[in-house]
Amino acid sequence: MQLTILFDRLRWEEKALKKEGENEGCEASLLDAKGLVLEVSTPRKRNGLGDLALQRCISHYRALYLTKILENMSLEVVNSSAVTENCGNKLLTTLLLGKARIPTPKTYIALTPDTVPQAAEALGFPLVMKPMTGSWGRMVSLARDGETLQSMVELREQLQNPAEHMYYLQEFVKRPPRDIRAVVAGDEIAACVYRYAPEGEWRTNVARGGISKAFKPDEELQELIHRAAQAVGGGVLGVDAMESRDGYLIHEVNNTVEFKGAQSATQGSIPRKIIKYVLSRGKK
Amino acid sequence: MNTKCAECDGPINVPNDVIVGEIVSCRDCGVEYEVSEIRGGVALLKPAETVEEDWGE
Repeated sequence: MQLTILFDRLRWEEKALKKEGENEGCEASLLDAKGLVLEVSTPRKRNGLGDLALQRCISHYRALYLTKILENMSLEVVNSSAVTENCGNKLLTTLLLGKARIPTPKTYIALTPDTVPQAAEALGFPLVMKPMTGSWGRMVSLARDGETLQSMVELREQLQNPAEHMYYLQEFVKRPPRDIRAVVAGDEIAACVYRYAPEGEWRTNVARGGISKAFKPDEELQELIHRAAQAVGGGVLGVDAMESRDGYLIHEVNNTVEFKGAQSATQGSIPRKIIKYVLSRGKK
Repeated sequence: MNTKCAECDGPINVPNDVIVGEIVSCRDCGVEYEVSEIRGGVALLKPAETVEEDWGE
């Protein structure tokens, strides 16, 4: 079987996935998506792209559009464009988690800057403002009062992208100084770690210096992780959870999951589990 | 396989087993480069893309 691993920034994860693909006996290759030029106005065959593809581009829109093109060529892509779309937009993820009755932090959307104070009044302070697209904790901001929130909104209004002029506001969940990252490959939880925020930081993202420590999730958490993964369409995912006073909350599902941090704290090979799942998708 | 930074002339260490697409950075100024080609055992570099709003997991 020929597996094409698509990337736009080659990291440890992509190299590890290629190595595990080869260990599993498939012909795995790395393909830089930035160099692709694809004719899309007529149906095309997937010449040179193998039997299935693993989408690892870190640019959300590049991953989404390329996956849609490849799917149009009848190529199986993991994750699918639908999953990429669902996870790449925090509003869509929240809608799907809510629809599946999965506990998630209380969230409001204000479609104009003028209605942000109303959403804030409903949520109370402190609250968290997040961009709807983007990751690594970038532009995720904590507002402790109305004045701070107003300043954050004014700054956002200066951005050119009109999507940034709609506001995703979330309750600030009182939790220990850590959150939970589960790496999911199909029906398997490949790894589960606590991510501890570094000193002087409230965000736990590994990209922000968060430290990972493996643990075995209890049954309740396992069930929530599986349900959250299914709610967005399933695949190779990073499901993020928090321990609130009222129980677990799922706050994010990532479609191009980074697992270097989790692997450093985990004994089993995460890329091996991912590759086994991906190859099983190619056999269907 | 070492080379020099186009920005500051500082040293860039390029591992011998580097492959096309990998990112290397200047030890002095931190500018990142992407390996665009390996020709005759020499890694050719181009400036790496900078972080965009939609980058992430």
